[in-house]
Amino acid sequence: MKSLTKCRYIFRNKRIWFLLPSLLGVGVFVLIPFLDVVRRSFTGAVGGGFVGLKNYAVVFHNQAFLLAVKNTLRFVLACLPLLILLSLTAAVFLSRLDNIRIFKTMYLLPMAVPTATVVLIWKLLFHKQGLLNSLAAGAGGRTVDFMGTDAAFWVLVISYIWKNFGYTVVLWLAGIYSIPDSMLEAARVDGAGEWTCFFKVVFPNLKPVLYTITVFSFINSFKVFREAYLVAGSYPQESMYLMQHLFNNWFLNLELDKMAAGAVLMAIVLTAAILGLSVLWEKES
Amino acid sequence: MKHNDSHRMKRVEWKMKRNTVIKIILGLVAVVISLPVYLLLTGSLQSNVELTQSLRPVLSDAAGMAGFHLLPNHPTLRGYVELFFDKPEFYMAFFNTMKIVLLTLAGQLLIGVPAAWAFAAFTFRGRKLLFTLYIILMLLPFQVTMLSSYLVLQKISLTNTHWAVILPGICSTFPVFLMYRSFCAIPKGLLEAAVIDGAGEVQIFFRIGIPLGSGGILSCFILGFLEYYSLVEQPLAFLKDKSLWTLSLYLPEIGLAQAGYAFAASMAALAPALFVFLFGQEYLEKGIISSAIKE
Repeated sequence: MKSLTKCRYIFRNKRIWFLLPSLLGVGVFVLIPFLDVVRRSFTGAVGGGFVGLKNYAVVFHNQAFLLAVKNTLRFVLACLPLLILLSLTAAVFLSRLDNIRIFKTMYLLPMAVPTATVVLIWKLLFHKQGLLNSLAAGAGGRTVDFMGTDAAFWVLVISYIWKNFGYTVVLWLAGIYSIPDSMLEAARVDGAGEWTCFFKVVFPNLKPVLYTITVFSFINSFKVFREAYLVAGSYPQESMYLMQHLFNNWFLNLELDKMAAGAVLMAIVLTAAILGLSVLWEKES
Repeated sequence: MKHNDSHRMKRVEWKMKRNTVIKIILGLVAVVISLPVYLLLTGSLQSNVELTQSLRPVLSDAAGMAGFHLLPNHPTLRGYVELFFDKPEFYMAFFNTMKIVLLTLAGQLLIGVPAAWAFAAFTFRGRKLLFTLYIILMLLPFQVTMLSSYLVLQKISLTNTHWAVILPGICSTFPVFLMYRSFCAIPKGLLEAAVIDGAGEVQIFFRIGIPLGSGGILSCFILGFLEYYSLVEQPLAFLKDKSLWTLSLYLPEIGLAQAGYAFAASMAALAPALFVFLFGQEYLEKGIISSAIKE
């Protein structure tokens, strides 16, 4: 009796209706099916019998998987610091100027450009007889076969930085502007020069923004699959082959057991990374 | 005194010179960044003949290096004419894209705004845990949840329809997170005053929550538009029929053999996104910042 009336109370209370549709949607489309995915990661592709950790073992020894992991890690470790440093430098310079609206517009522009519309230009730029090589040859330098060699990796890096530079600068600027002027004034009065001001006052206050930028840039680094796929297809040059390519190909070939194991692994690793970073973030602030 | 004055003047001068140098460097960066879009624009105004000529080494096995006219030698609207009058496939892809974008955004607002309000205005057991779950889901790349979405969609026979892209999009937790931030900024005192005045939950939501949180809602709309307009992975995985394809899948298929059309089509596909961006840049920036900076 008591629990029934309590149930009725919860549903009559209008508040639950605010959250319910969202919870249902997330539950039905993400959480519950993910439990099924976990189940599948422990069963075989044919027949569906329980195979224990076999799928995981197969995945770990899969050459394509190892290559994809290596490339994805390499990409993230190369791109994130590069993006962070470049955008921080630009933001610091921008913060000295007064009217920066036009700069922000032009830097943010790539964020609004759908990848598929600009793929044409990337193809033209990075072709071995394309526009970038044409410039290099004209200036007397060497040409690079971007799409055919390991230099393909740099195609990803360049398109990633192009796309994400703008909003990263905006984030840095927000962080820089949030530093109270009084702090900088105090430092200057104490005789600190530009560099000291930066390292001792500005930078420590930017640490929260740095963590956020790291997380967002990390998440967006997965989206570089779009450029890679649209420019080079499902099986690109080796140095471009990322985790996303692997998952996509597993999906197309209906190798769902491997994909299940891979998805569970990725979910665990990423959740651990996100929680780890957020704990660090909480500590700092 | 005089020495101090001239010293200060020198500093001001130096600052102005430095600022000019900064402007030039940052300006060059801006030009380089805008270059791809500029190339798209000028390319779309060039004829097939002009483009094929400059890009011959890329289009065929000719030797030498490709060039590109930074300004069209013979500007023409040929590409656009072909686009608007001769290409129903483009209209189809464009319609598909807009259908997916608008339905997804509508659904997101419908279930996301109340959910965000619930997280911001109500206290209940498990709120923090649930919200952390939402944040984790928001940060996971598509490939992790790809299979789970597919399994559900297959069960309800929605694969190979637009709903396969729309429904998971509606359940995205990113809009909830974004709007939560802007709802949090509403002073609790205001809500308490409304309760004292006898307002009901729904009244408070519609009369206080939505108007004061409208900035966040608008940011959501703009960020969401740009995101769903350029989706690639979901349509790629779930839409098999070419008649269902969105612009993201259709455009790369055009190929450089029809160079004039390819450029014009890319430019035309870019236009709505550019328009939304320029119109909502202020809200875009606010949305970016609020998703990042802790208050």
